Amino acid sequence: MELGRLGDEIGAPLPAAGDRALAAAPAARQRRAWRYIRRHPTIVIGAALLGLMLLMAVLAPYLGTVDPQAISPVDRLEWPSLQHWFGTDMLGRDVYSRTVYGARVSLTVGLMVALLSTGLGLAIGLATGFSRWADAILMRVMDGLMSIPPVLIAIALMALTRASLQNVIFAITVGEVPRVTRLVRGVVLGLRDLPFVEAARASGTSLPRILWRHILPNTVPLLLVQGTYTAASAMIVEAILSFLGAGTPPNIPSWGNIMAEGRALFEIAYYIVLFPGAFLSVTVLAVNLLGDGLRDALDPRLARRM
Amino acid sequence: MFAYIVRRILATVPVMAVVALFVFALLHLSPGDPAAIIAGDTATVADIARIHRALGLDEPLYLQFGGWVWHLLHGDLGMSIFTNLPVSTLIMQRVEPTVTLAVSTIFVSVLTAIPMGVLAASKAGSWIDRAVMIFSVLGFSVPVFVIAYVLIYIFAVRTDLLPVQGFVGIARGWWPFLSHLIMPTVALSMVFTALIARMTRASMLEVLAQDYIRTAKAKGLSSDQVLIGHALKNAAVPIVTVIGIGIALLITGVVVTETVFAIPGLGRLTVDAILRRDYPLIQGIILVFSAAYVLVNLLIDLSYTFFDPRIRY
Repeated sequence: MELGRLGDEIGAPLPAAGDRALAAAPAARQRRAWRYIRRHPTIVIGAALLGLMLLMAVLAPYLGTVDPQAISPVDRLEWPSLQHWFGTDMLGRDVYSRTVYGARVSLTVGLMVALLSTGLGLAIGLATGFSRWADAILMRVMDGLMSIPPVLIAIALMALTRASLQNVIFAITVGEVPRVTRLVRGVVLGLRDLPFVEAARASGTSLPRILWRHILPNTVPLLLVQGTYTAASAMIVEAILSFLGAGTPPNIPSWGNIMAEGRALFEIAYYIVLFPGAFLSVTVLAVNLLGDGLRDALDPRLARRM
Repeated sequence: MFAYIVRRILATVPVMAVVALFVFALLHLSPGDPAAIIAGDTATVADIARIHRALGLDEPLYLQFGGWVWHLLHGDLGMSIFTNLPVSTLIMQRVEPTVTLAVSTIFVSVLTAIPMGVLAASKAGSWIDRAVMIFSVLGFSVPVFVIAYVLIYIFAVRTDLLPVQGFVGIARGWWPFLSHLIMPTVALSMVFTALIARMTRASMLEVLAQDYIRTAKAKGLSSDQVLIGHALKNAAVPIVTVIGIGIALLITGVVVTETVFAIPGLGRLTVDAILRRDYPLIQGIILVFSAAYVLVNLLIDLSYTFFDPRIRY
């Protein structure tokens, strides 16, 4: 999405170009947009799907939903109908409303984990790249953390803290930080001894300034791609945690929670599990497509390889 | 060579030490009294005191860690709070279904993913290539429990072809054993297959662009001989590496899959341990899973010389 806007700005006709250019602008703009979509279909499909999900999360109260927590024992386990589009669960709660509100949890967790782990990983990665003793210690810690599957780290942390959305975000972030750190460290090691960094150092530029002006910009494309994949995996991990009973507290409808509650009833009311499952899959797919598209657009070398 | 093997084995020591430190520290970095959290909301003061003693929380921290590691090195993972049985006993009881499921998944994934990746790379840009890539992005995106429930819906709810739950040892016959294994294996292998297929395709594409592939074709070898004999062998190192990294995904998937299919393995044990806040058990399981992950990746590192004789240590 970001890239699309950038392309439009560069290609936009100059104001002084005259009447002809102004008249041709809409058609040319349309052609350009069409060419962009044809060249990067994944990025556009991913962004569109994700945009829809975001819209659904934001507009949840206005999409024909009722209170997702409202219990109505009389209406329990009703099949999908015009009144309850996705049916009702064993407490008579409307599965459609719960699913729509569940988008909020997934998207919040995805976004927050991506931001936090990118920020932390960036800070630690820059530190390891420029201090040998910090590198020796921190990278051993990261190696160790990386050999524990992220879901297990999150499970362990969640088992010790009270269930809350903040704790879920924190617990998932801990497992994701080492990957970002590795990535940043790789970039820093690659750049550290290049002539332009040496020149900056020789001319008396301070270390924070070198990091900020010369190293940081080079990590941005990689972090953007990695952050997108992190968001996708964080959403899956959140759903897994909730599904296993170690995630988002039951009073918040998240897709994992809805599926966990429908688990025992699957053979008589499979819709309770399948609807949130489908929404989760489509959202993760959208983010993954966006990630693939960003990677192809930002790093043509990688695009050919993967 | 020998020196390399020794060095590589020694390199796992600090990694496992960090894992052990993390697992130990978990209990002590948590806010509040871990004994009170483990005991739950309905605990009495006596319950909390009992857990306090069971975990040795009264001693100084360095003594606790020292003692804990000392026991660990002797294979003693502590006592489960809930069952009062040794953690190692509980884990050993549950290993068989998990290892069976993991091995069958690796087997199925490797056997389907590598042909898919090779085919996609050899016909790059074709509909086969596109189909493999679409499968791979779907495999990454659809979570294992969603796949599992779709399979249950098709093969158990709609058609009644396969049993939904449980695990049956091979001693009770081939069909009962296999029929219980099919759905969990397929569900679990999806993400693993996607990962390996993608890496196989990428690695093959890189190798196929090399000069020696052109030479091999020019001297008249059939394209199958070139693909398998020359290209795949040279493309093997990244593929094998990604299989090792993927073990982490597999462990995650095992925990979820065993919950869905009620398989009494380590994954199910993990979930029981969470629900009961049986912390020594959670610690033990994390240690065992991480050790398995480190061990598999050690073996994979050592296998590189087999695939690529240029790698000499």
